[in-house]
Amino acid sequence: MLKVNNIEVVYSDVILVLRGISLEVGDGQIVALLGANGAGKTTTLKAISGLLKREDGAITRGSIEFDGVRLDKLPPEEITRLGVSQVLEGRRLFQHLTTEENLRTGALVNGNRAETRRLLEQVYHYFPALKNLRHRTAGYLSGGEQQMVAIGRALMANPRLILMDEPSLGLAPLLVQNIFDIIRRINQESGVSILLVEQNANVALKTAEYAYVMETGRIVLDGPATELAQNADIKEFYLGLTQLGERKSYRDVKHYKRRKRWLG
Amino acid sequence: MNWQLLPQFAITGLLNGGPIALIALGIVLIFKSSEIFNFAQGQMLLIGTMATWWFASPEGMGLPLPLAILAALGVSILLGLAIERFTLRPMTGQPLLSIILMTLALSQFLQGLTILIFGTVQRNFPVIFEVTNPYKITLPFQYNGNPIIVILKQNLVWSFIIAMVCVLVLWVFFQYTNTGLAMRATAEDHETAQSVGIRINRVFGISWAIAGIIANIGGILIATASGLDLSLPVVVLAAFPAVLLGGLESIPGAVVGGLVIGLAQGLVGLPNNDFFLGPEMAQAVRNSAEIVPYIILLVVLLFRPDGLFGQKRIERI
Ligand SMILES: Nc1ncnc2c1ncn2[C@@H]1O[C@H](COP(=O)(O)OP(=O)(O)O)[C@@H](O)[C@H]1O
Ligand SMILES: [Mg+2]
Repeated sequence: MLKVNNIEVVYSDVILVLRGISLEVGDGQIVALLGANGAGKTTTLKAISGLLKREDGAITRGSIEFDGVRLDKLPPEEITRLGVSQVLEGRRLFQHLTTEENLRTGALVNGNRAETRRLLEQVYHYFPALKNLRHRTAGYLSGGEQQMVAIGRALMANPRLILMDEPSLGLAPLLVQNIFDIIRRINQESGVSILLVEQNANVALKTAEYAYVMETGRIVLDGPATELAQNADIKEFYLGLTQLGERKSYRDVKHYKRRKRWLG
Repeated sequence: MNWQLLPQFAITGLLNGGPIALIALGIVLIFKSSEIFNFAQGQMLLIGTMATWWFASPEGMGLPLPLAILAALGVSILLGLAIERFTLRPMTGQPLLSIILMTLALSQFLQGLTILIFGTVQRNFPVIFEVTNPYKITLPFQYNGNPIIVILKQNLVWSFIIAMVCVLVLWVFFQYTNTGLAMRATAEDHETAQSVGIRINRVFGISWAIAGIIANIGGILIATASGLDLSLPVVVLAAFPAVLLGGLESIPGAVVGGLVIGLAQGLVGLPNNDFFLGPEMAQAVRNSAEIVPYIILLVVLLFRPDGLFGQKRIERI
């Protein structure tokens, strides 16, 4: 459904940030994109969603296709209208609007009243806590509640694919678990595909079917999530299971310890 | 101080504030959606009102007044859309200051355009409200044993009512329609608005079209009271401080700001010979209606830099 073919992204005409990224998300799949801070995960999502253009970023090579339609030349609002919704990094609610108004902005792409009501009920079904908060000003909700609104707002467009940028950011572990459970349920019940960007590899690998690992603008590893979760180097670097206690780059691990078992 | 006349001057001033509030609202609307301070609002007012005159006058099309107003509103909508599409959209991404200077240049251009099209003659704007029968209201209290009677021109009262109805209609539009919701979302965050699929260029276009409508109605209300010539845009000099007083981004703020300015301008007109340092000083105060909004603005901003209704930024992650 989504195919990113070898894209290269440059900011301000000079800063090369993505150096040939390729990835795929199949129908109904949850795919994780993992990587440390600054690896280029958000940039990858912005390339797909079209928001890159707002920041003086450009795709200088490669292409992005969604069901055969080229996305890389379209403005962000048209990409959303094709069925690709986003949960932006840091939630980004309309702070002075209420919870329900925030959710309704997601449904503006179809604008049909009955359909909007149905989608609202669906969101309250996944996030019952939001129903009582529906007349609250969104800016005063807690971080977890805001994340629920952000995901709910993406669902309101009735999308076929949702791009999620670090939904676990800044949330307590229990809440993270809770939100990822719901993400899995949404995927199973409504069949929407999800491209999930995370630094929290632990929870992401439990949720996703397939995963890619990024480092400084490149994909350095990919495979089924269960396999990656077993991979000793992933364990050491991303799952925090190292005995040395020292934070290492995935590349160091690759060079100094056993070579590629996963690349074959 | 002649306290007997206080209610008369206060109420007249307040009612005069209605159209000021409406005009202020037009400026707030543009600022909210795009952070552009529209210095050309006064000239949008002028063109819309001139167009109304032209459609209605026997020297022009000679249409019945309601039709003439509708036709002029059409012109104002097109003008608003054209300003957004051809002068502001090409400047997307430029520094905000350049864009704001663009609206300043636009105000001069439109003023010149009006002179080219309509000339510099004072026009007889159609009379909309009856002139001869002012409303007389006896207030339910007395002063020195005399009843207090307030005399209000019909056009003053109806202009106020029309302005407030327009404000109300706009508020309902923003609050309860999908387009209104898209506009409020865009006002908060352009990037996020685009990410949920809102076509923000269209939202800007709609904002300017509505600003055109508001300007046109405001201009008609002013012209029907004080006639129509090239000095009409001067009323925005009362609307600018109303906008800042209200906090730039707040719709209730613009309304309260407009009413406060109107009230203040009314009150300084009060006969006050025994209240000040001699008759000359008193006369000076009575002549200060134009600067009084700015004095109030100065004082208010000293204590509340964000204006009376400035939106609190919610700081919370
Ligand atoms: N607008 C921008 N202009 C220039 N460089 C940027 C911009 N946005 C991000 N970058 C750089 O691109 C790299 C990748 O950033 P990002 O995609 O945000 O990484 P991640 O989401 O994985 O933390 C970083 O080095 C960052 O500094
Ligand atoms: Mg990021």
